[in-house]
This record gives sequence, C-alpha cells and structure tokens, in this order.
Amino acid sequence: MKISIQRESIVEYEIDAQDSTLLSVLNKIKTTQDSSLTFSSGCRSSVCGSCSMRVNGKEVLACSYKVQEGDFIEPLKNMPLIRDLVVDMDKAYSFNTKAKAWLNPLSPTPSVTEQNTLTNEIQSDCILCGSCYSACPVYAVNSEFLGPFSLTRVWKYVSDVRESDSKEKIDTIQTNGVWNCTLCNECTMVCPQGISSKSDIEKLRSKSAMAGYSDPNFASFGGGFGFDGSPSF
Amino acid sequence: MISDVLIIGAGGAGLVAALHAHKTGAKVRVITKEYPTRSQTCMAQGGINASLGNAGEDSVESHIQNTLKSAHKIANEEAIRLLCGEAKEAVEWLDSIGVCFSRTEDAKIAQRTLGGASAPRACYAQDYTGLKILHTLYDRCLSEGIEILSERYLLDIFTDKESVTGASVLNIRSGEIENYGANSIIIATGGYSRIYDKHTTNSSATSGDGIISALKAGARVSDMEFVQFHPTALKNSSILISESARGAGGHLLNSKGERFVDELLPRDKVARAIHNEMQKGEDIFLDIRHLGEEFIDKELPQERKLAKLYENIDPVFDLIPIKPVAHYTMGGIEVDSKSCTIIKGLYAAGECANHRVHGANRLGGNSLLELIVFGKQAGENSASYALDISESSHAERGNKTIEALNNKPEVDFYKIREELGDIFYKSVGISRDKQSLESTLEKVQEYISLIPKMGVNDDSKIYNTNLIEFLEFKNMLELSKYILISAIARNESRGAHYRADFPNEDEKFEMHTIICRDGVIYEN
Repeated sequence: MKISIQRESIVEYEIDAQDSTLLSVLNKIKTTQDSSLTFSSGCRSSVCGSCSMRVNGKEVLACSYKVQEGDFIEPLKNMPLIRDLVVDMDKAYSFNTKAKAWLNPLSPTPSVTEQNTLTNEIQSDCILCGSCYSACPVYAVNSEFLGPFSLTRVWKYVSDVRESDSKEKIDTIQTNGVWNCTLCNECTMVCPQGISSKSDIEKLRSKSAMAGYSDPNFASFGGGFGFDGSPSF
Repeated sequence: MISDVLIIGAGGAGLVAALHAHKTGAKVRVITKEYPTRSQTCMAQGGINASLGNAGEDSVESHIQNTLKSAHKIANEEAIRLLCGEAKEAVEWLDSIGVCFSRTEDAKIAQRTLGGASAPRACYAQDYTGLKILHTLYDRCLSEGIEILSERYLLDIFTDKESVTGASVLNIRSGEIENYGANSIIIATGGYSRIYDKHTTNSSATSGDGIISALKAGARVSDMEFVQFHPTALKNSSILISESARGAGGHLLNSKGERFVDELLPRDKVARAIHNEMQKGEDIFLDIRHLGEEFIDKELPQERKLAKLYENIDPVFDLIPIKPVAHYTMGGIEVDSKSCTIIKGLYAAGECANHRVHGANRLGGNSLLELIVFGKQAGENSASYALDISESSHAERGNKTIEALNNKPEVDFYKIREELGDIFYKSVGISRDKQSLESTLEKVQEYISLIPKMGVNDDSKIYNTNLIEFLEFKNMLELSKYILISAIARNESRGAHYRADFPNEDEKFEMHTIICRDGVIYEN
C-alpha cells in the first residue's frame, strides 16, 4: 500500500503492511528504504508519549495506530517543527511549570481513600504526548494558553486530598488558563489515554468560582448574572 | 556550563538522584537523550516492593530473605538489607509527593503478590505504577526548579587523575557537541536489553550507553551475563504483560490447556518452564479470564488495552498468547556502598548500576524500589562529594568531536542490529551452552570488524536519528561482547544464567564476573 509523509515536501512510500502499527511501518521505512526519515519513538506500547503525530489530520500515537491505504502522516501542530515528524515539545512542557502542576505536600501525609483515588485516577494516566496541544484551537491562536495537559495536571493535584495549597493553584490558572478554553472538546477527542481535559477545565472553573473568581469574558462585556442566574450581556 | 552534580538519564533513578542532590545543596543539571517522562521507568507496571503488611502479614526480614533467595548467593546481603529496610520510607515518600497509588478499602496503600514473594508486597497504581511514579517525580523536579536538558546523547565522560571532570553530549536537535563540566556525575541511563532487538519488552532506547561510557572512563562493570527474561510478553510484539496478572491468579497454559508450572515462582524459573514447553512445540498462553471483567478493568486496565491493541484479543474472553523475552539486565556498573564507582566523583544508580541486590535474578517489584533507595543514595553522596571540592580543582574540559563517519556505508547496520537480536535471543537467551555462546562471540567479533564499513546515510546535522541509532548500535555491539565473555566463563547455571551444558549451580562460581581494564576477573 501507499502512504505519504509530510517532510520538507510530501513524500510517498510504497509499503507492505497488514495490520501493522504506523510505528512499525515507519521503522521499516527507516531501516530498509530511507534512513533519513525522522521521527521519535520509545516504548512502542502507548505509554511513553514519544510517537504522537497526525494521520489524516488527527492526532494519534504511531505505535497504536494501524496503517491504512493512502494515509497522510504529518507532525503535530502548534509546536516548532524540528525535522520531519519531530517537533519541539519544550514549550508545551513548560506550561506544567507555569501552572505549578505539582503537589504542595501536607505534613503528615493524610490517608487517601479508595473513593478519593477516583477523583484523579484517570488524570494520572497522562503520558504528556502533546496531542491535546496540537488539537487545541485556543493554543493555536494564544501561545500563552496554559493548555490541556497542564490544566489536567493542575486538576489532578487540586483534587488530591494530599494538596495543602489548592488556592495557590486556582490563583495561577486564572490568566491564560481555565477561562480561555472554549470547551470545544477537541483535546478529549484526541487523547490516547481517554482523558478529558475539557471536563477537568470545567471542574477547575467551578473550583475557581468557589474561590470567588468569575468568567472574565462576561465581566468584560460589563454584564453579570441576571436574577435567574443566567448570564446577561 | 559547570554544575556540582551532572546526572545523565532522567528516568526514575536520575530524577530521584536529582531531587536528593538538590536537597543536599548542590547545583544540579539533568541530561536525557529523550524527554524525562519518556524513560523506561514509565513502562514498569506491576509495583514497588515494601513490606507494609497492608494486604497480609509481612516483614522486612521476609523481603530480605525472598530477595536473597532469588539472587542465588551472588548478592551483597548488606545492600539487600538496606534496600528492603528503606522500602517503607521510600513508598511513604512517594505517597507524600503525590503518587496515585491504588488503595485498600481501609484507605491504605494497596499491595499485591508478585513472583518469589512470600506476601502481597508490591504497592501499585493499577498497572501503571512506573508511569505514575515517573511523572510525579518529574513534577517534583519542576517544583524544585531543577534544570533538565532533553534530547542530548551521552558521548563521553571526562576524567582527570581518576576523578570525574565532566561529560560531552551530542545535542540531538542542533547536531552540536556540548561539554558540561561537573564535580560529580551520576549515570542513570538504564539497562541493555535492547540488544535483543525485537525480543525485549524494553523501550528502543535501552542501549546501555552509560555503561559503555563508564567503562571507557575507567569504571568497572559486572555480572553482565545475567539477563532477566520476563515470562509473559505478548507473542507478536514482545510487549509486557505484568506479573501482577499472575499474582492475581492468572494461569499459564500450554496448547493442551494444561498448567505446567507454579506461576508465582521467580521469573527465571517460570521463563525456563515456558521455554521447555515451547521446545516441545507447545504454544503458551496466559489465562486471566476467570478474574472477571470488573477486576481486570479495575486492577489491570493497561494489560487489557495492550492485549487488544497488539495481539487482537480481549483477555476478558480470550487466552493471551505469550512468550518470554529479555526484560531487565542485572549486570551493570560496579558501585560501592555509597553508589560510587572506582572513579572519584562518578556514581551510578538504577538499572545501569550493579548494587548487587538482584544477584542472578531480580524479583518483581524490586527495580522500582532500587530507583528510589539508590537514587537517593547516589544523589546525596554525589552532592556531598561535589560540594567538598573547590572550584579550582576543575581540570581543563576535554573537547570532543565525533569521529569522521563513513557516509557511504557498504554494510547496513540496521540489518546487523536485527540479526544480532535474533541470534542473542536464540543463543544467549533463556538457555545457553558453550557452543552457542562461542559461535555468537565469533559472530559479534565479525560484526565489530565490519564497523568501519558501516555508517550513516543521513548527512543532516539536525535531529539525525540515523546517527544516534548507529552510536547506540556500536555501544550494544561492545556490550554484547562483554555479555558473551562473561557467559562463556561461567560454566554453571545460576538464576537467569542457565547453561544447558552445566545445568547445576557450582559453588566455585559464587562470585561476580568483573569487566575492567585488565580484562575479565572474578571477585567475591
């Protein structure tokens, strides 16, 4: 079958693939046809997040996507391209620092119940593959938007009973954070781990509201909330 | 560009070392050839051992005895006592920084049984234990402002008068060589299972780079012949199915549907039993159907996902076709009770190091533990050492260039890399003998002699993975030689090193095989 890959120009490759992952096909091309083809990979079992790229416009992990005739392979969007299918993820990663996505520990460490673990179990499955930043239309136009995986990480820690200062975290995500998201759900659609950053952002919004923050998009229109609680403009 | 402590490798051991070196007061820089969260540690599934007794009676002493037994008399009991003795504190520390461990109904950290353990001792986070530990460590490093430089490939470690002075790395993105001075260096670059190519559960990055650099710098490595084969990897892809599937009651079956081994023996024994069945022509399966969908989804969600994705079967309803493949390398850089090598200021931790706690066969759940315990030890000791040295004692840094590469290769190293993996799996695998080992060594020597005819077709400076893979391949080829020399010399069977021509343990080999400047030597 034929697939094409966006390199400096679009290059078409003839490959022999049946029920093959895209990663195994890329490895085959590299080791037998064209050793200059450049991509990242690691675990080949969907847990290291190295081989995220786009197929026919949609973000996938190459190691978990099964190749189809005519597939068009591109690098992730919204990140500086280094070469072929490799992008520079440093900036996306840096939002974890900006968003203070870590635990401020309590001493002694409180015990965590089975019920507690359910609030952030799936969020801790994140592999930082960056698919969500590639798919995010807000990040595409606002390069300072904290973005999906870092906000999911903030929710993971904010919702953790071991967190001592969730207020600080909520304060941190007000600018270029939770209110910038349009809740379009693109991040959820592409997450290989089934995480919904959109719903984590919604949860962070209600935490923010409880902390006294409100949606600045409404405020800027000089509006507020009507008597029935619905926003007025 | 000088730091007190330079850490090469940003998996579990590297990041733990970074946190503790930083805490000790050192200026720390971490370098990785990937991104930190992409390291091999993320692939650990089963758990981390600590005798907390949350799921059944247990004690530190039982943990010690189980580990000693599995090591087959070539471990350092003191090091094992330290490892097991610090386990509780290690897990409590991980809990305190936010690792999402699974919990029991009474809000304790959940524990399960892995092979060779007398009690449910492995603390886990579903079957994503390594992933969740690694990411939490990474977040912790961010909170401490620790400098981490990604996509730098280790070339050389510099020494002056038997003391470390720095390292040179290839910036993969720019293609430039960068030199980093340091008072001390910790190597935390992982194991060398990738030699087995498609017959390993490991990431394609586990090429043992740090071990080769340490050797070149004058350090010693040991016990290279001990390679652990994990009993249950998916048959077609070699992707790991966690031991916790057997710990929870999963059965191993042959084609006739018969069980043929106690599934909870240590990995060397189970892998050998499977190998014997396969030699008889049997296909082998892991059966977890009786555990039920609810249990599998709660405790083993990744296993179900992997089996569906890579084997096209659903373990809730189907048998999982499996085979044993290379999984963990017990051998590595020789270190003392401070995690220091014989080179002053050069430390090692994690799979690349040999703290002599696993001996001839590692127990499941002890590798995540070693990252935490010895990562901390290496971090603290390297920092204290670095802070004691005055700046003025820094030697002139070396200036490294990559040797001219053959850009018209006549011999394709990718083909040889694959061949090497196939030969190793067959001849330096679960069962070896003099003839298979010697003929493989001959083959490896032949490959080594062909290196000048190999090279890199891609002439780009920017992100040249063709070049990186060639450099990794050369490291693996050299390591292959040491594995073989060590395996040939050990005329006995012990743990993971099974010699069909010497099937019994032999007292006179109760020793460590050391590779050093003087060649191969034996030591107690």
